[in-house]
Amino acid sequence: MKVVVCVKQIPDPADPGALDPETRTLKRDVKLILDESDSYGVEMALQLVDAAGEGEVILVSMAPNGERSGLATALAMGAASAILISDPELVGSDALTTAKLLATAVKDQGADLIIAGSESSDGYTGVVPEQIAGVLDLPSVTAAKSIEVDGSSIKVQRQTDGGYDDVTCPLPAVVSVTAGVVEPRYPSFKGIMAAKNKPVEEKSAADLGFDASQVGWAGAGQEIIEVTDAPKRQAGEVIEDDGEAFTKIVAYLENMKVI
Amino acid sequence: MQGMEISSRNLEAMSEPLRPKQENPRDFLDTDGLLAEDEVMLRDTVRRYVGDKILPYVGEWFDSGEFPHKEVSKAVGDLGLLGMHLDGYGCAGSSAMMYGLACMELEAGDSGLRSFVSVQGSLAMFPIWAYGSEEHKQEWLPAMAAGDAIGCFGLTEPDSGSDPSSMRTNAKQDPGGDWVLNGAKMWITNGSIADVAVVWARTDDGIRGFVVPTDTPGFSAPKIERKVSLRASVTSELIMEDVRLPSEAVLPGVASMRGPLSCLNEARFGIAFGATGAARACYEAALDYANSREQFGGPISRFQLTQQRLVDMMIQVQRGTLVAYHLGRLKDAGTLGPAQVSFGKKDNVAMSLRVAREARGLLGANGITTEYPVIRHMNNLESVYTYEGTNEIHTLMMGQALTGHAAFS
Ligand SMILES: Cc1cc2nc3c(=O)[nH]c(=O)nc-3n(C[C@H](O)[C@H](O)[C@H](O)COP(=O)(O)OP(=O)(O)OC[C@H]3O[C@@H](n4cnc5c(N)ncnc54)[C@H](O)[C@@H]3O)c2cc1C
Ligand SMILES: Cc1cc2nc3c(=O)[nH]c(=O)nc-3n(C[C@H](O)[C@H](O)[C@H](O)COP(=O)(O)OP(=O)(O)OC[C@H]3O[C@@H](n4cnc5c(N)ncnc54)[C@H](O)[C@@H]3O)c2cc1C
Repeated sequence: MKVVVCVKQIPDPADPGALDPETRTLKRDVKLILDESDSYGVEMALQLVDAAGEGEVILVSMAPNGERSGLATALAMGAASAILISDPELVGSDALTTAKLLATAVKDQGADLIIAGSESSDGYTGVVPEQIAGVLDLPSVTAAKSIEVDGSSIKVQRQTDGGYDDVTCPLPAVVSVTAGVVEPRYPSFKGIMAAKNKPVEEKSAADLGFDASQVGWAGAGQEIIEVTDAPKRQAGEVIEDDGEAFTKIVAYLENMKVI
Repeated sequence: MQGMEISSRNLEAMSEPLRPKQENPRDFLDTDGLLAEDEVMLRDTVRRYVGDKILPYVGEWFDSGEFPHKEVSKAVGDLGLLGMHLDGYGCAGSSAMMYGLACMELEAGDSGLRSFVSVQGSLAMFPIWAYGSEEHKQEWLPAMAAGDAIGCFGLTEPDSGSDPSSMRTNAKQDPGGDWVLNGAKMWITNGSIADVAVVWARTDDGIRGFVVPTDTPGFSAPKIERKVSLRASVTSELIMEDVRLPSEAVLPGVASMRGPLSCLNEARFGIAFGATGAARACYEAALDYANSREQFGGPISRFQLTQQRLVDMMIQVQRGTLVAYHLGRLKDAGTLGPAQVSFGKKDNVAMSLRVAREARGLLGANGITTEYPVIRHMNNLESVYTYEGTNEIHTLMMGQALTGHAAFS
C-alpha cells in the first residue's frame, strides 16, 4: 500500500505573515510549518499503511525557499520520504499551476492512493485536490471522514451537512480529508531522530518538465484584483428581559428559520 | 509562490545593513537560536503535548489531588520521554540537552508531571540501567520506557532526609541467599502507583540498591494526603516488613552512597531545566494578564511598576534558561561536575520561586485561584525547593567546591 499525502507548509497561524500590498498574496517571509489541515491526512495515511501491514507513506509539498520544517514534522510522524517542489520561478503560481506541479511529481510514484486536505489553512480555496485528480484523470472523493481499503477499492465515509454518505471508489484515487476526523499522533523522539535521515528529493519546475512561461505569475490564469477587510461585526440586537423576552427570542429564531 | 518572491527580495536586501529584529517578549535574548533544529522540534512537540493534554486539565487534577498516571505514563512513553537519555532496552538514547528540554516543557505544564518523568527516568530506570544485572534490565527497562510499568525511588526516610547515609532501612541475607528487607521510606514520588521500587538499604557491605516488585508480600505504599504542593503527583510512604527477595534482587553494580547520589545527580540536572519552565509559565501568565487587566482606565501593563515587575521576571527566566542550556552542553560534552549541577538546581529553583511569587502578586485576586496556573506552580515549587537536595544542601556542595571544606556536619 503506497499512499502519497500532499502537505502544504504554511506560516504559523499563531504568527501569520501579512498580505503583500503589491501582489495581494500572503507574505511567507516567516518560518513555515506543517499545515494542521494536512496532519489529519498524514495520520490517516499512516493508519492505512499500518492496517495494510505493508507499504509506505510518501509526502509531496510545494513551498518557497526549499522549506522543509513542515515536511520534517510529517516525516517524524512516520512518513518514509518526501518530494519537495521548490524553485524561485514558481513565485506567483495559482492553485491550478500548483495542482499541475503536484500531480506531475506524484504521477510516477505508483501510488495506490493520494490524500490531501479538504482545504488549506492559509489559502483555503479548497480546489487543489480535485484539480490534481483532474490532471491525473483519477476518481476524486471529497470531505472524507474515514477511509477503508477493500482490495482494489476504498470505502469512504463522506461528510455531509446531515451526516455522511458511504462512497465506494476504485483505486488509485484522490481523496481529500476533512480536518479533525482523526487525532494526529505526536512525533516521538525516535521519529524526530529518524526523520533526519529520511530522503527529501527536491525538484525544480524544469525537473518536472515545466518552463518559465507555464508557471509563476506568467502561468497564472487567476489574478487577485482586490483585497478588502472583512466587514466589522455589527452590534447585536439587545433584548431587555421584561419577563416576556423569550417570546421575542423565539420570534427572532423563527424568522431566521432555524426553529 | 509568495515566499519565493520574498526570498528574491531578501537577496536584494542583503546589500542593506542587517536590521536587528523585534525582541520577542517570550524569548527576549533569542535563546532558541542556541538550539539545533531537532532540539527545537522535540521541544515544540512536548510543548504541544502539554498544551493539548495537560494544561486544560491539570488545574482540576491539582484541586482534586489526582494524577491520571495510566494515561499520562502511556502518552509520555509513546513520545519517548521515559528514560530518554538512556541507551538500549527500548530507551530513546537522546542527548542530555534533549532530556533537559523535555523537562522544561513538562514542568511548564506542572511540576508533578515533570516529577513523574524525572523519577521514572532518572531515579528508577537509571540505577537499573547503570547498576542492574542483565536480567533486571531485560525485565524492567523496556516496559518502563514504554510507560507500561511505573517505578519509584526509595531513599528518604522519616528520620533521614538531607543526611541519607543515616538511613535505618536494612537488608539481611539469610543462609539460603534470600534478602530480607525491613524499614520505612518517606516522601516517595510514585510510591503507591509503582510496579517496581528501587529501595536503598543498609547491608553488611554498605548501602545497596534493591529491585523490589511492589506486589512482594510485606511491601505496602500508603499515599501521603493533605499536601498543598505537588498535588497532581502521588507521594507515598513505603513500608517494608520482612520483605523477602531472591538473592538476585540486589543491584550488583554499586555498594555505597555513590549509587543513590549518582541517580540524584541525573534528576537534579533535569530540575534545573524544569524549574525554569515553570518560571516561564508564570512570567507568561503575568505578561498576558498585565496586558488584559484594566485598572485606572487602561491595562495595568502601562504602569512603570508593572513594567519593572515584568522586566525583572523576564530577565530571571532568560538567565535561568541560559544556565540550563549551558549545563546541557557541558553534560553532553561529558564535563559536567556535580557542584555545577548544584548551581543549576539551587539557583534556577530559587529563581523560579521568586518569579512565581511575583507573578502571583501581579495577578491580584485571580492569582490565588487554580483557574490560573501561577499559584499551582508557586506551591509546587516549594517541593522542588526541598527535594533532590534542599537549597541549603546545594549551597553546601558549592561551598565545599569553592573552599575545600565540607560544612555538612
Ligand atoms: C495569482 C495568484 C498568485 C499566487 N501566488 C502565490 C505565491 O506566490 N505563493 C504562494 O504560496 N501562494 C500563491 N498563491 C496562492 C496559491 O496558489 C494557493 O495557495 C495554492 O495554490 C494552494 O491553494 P490553497 O491553499 O487554497 O489549496 P487548497 O485547495 O485549499 O488545499 C487543499 C489541499 O491541497 C493540498 N495542497 C495545496 N497546496 C499545496 C502545496 N503547495 N503543496 C502540497 N500540497 C498542497 C493540501 O493537501 C491541502 O490541504 C497565488 C494565488 C493566485 C491566484
Ligand atoms: C513532594 C516530594 C517528593 C519527594 N520524592 C522523593 C522520592 O521520590 N524519593 C526520595 O527518596 N525522596 C523524596 N523526597 C524527599 C526529599 O528528597 C527530602 O524531603 C529532602 O531530601 C529533604 O529532607 P527532609 O525533608 O528530611 O529535610 P531535612 O533534611 O530534615 O531538612 C530540614 C531543613 O534543614 C536544612 N538542613 C539540613 N541539613 C542541613 C545542614 N547540614 N546545614 C544547613 N541546613 C541543613 C534543610 O535545608 C531544610 O531546610 C520528596 C520530597 C517531597 C516534598
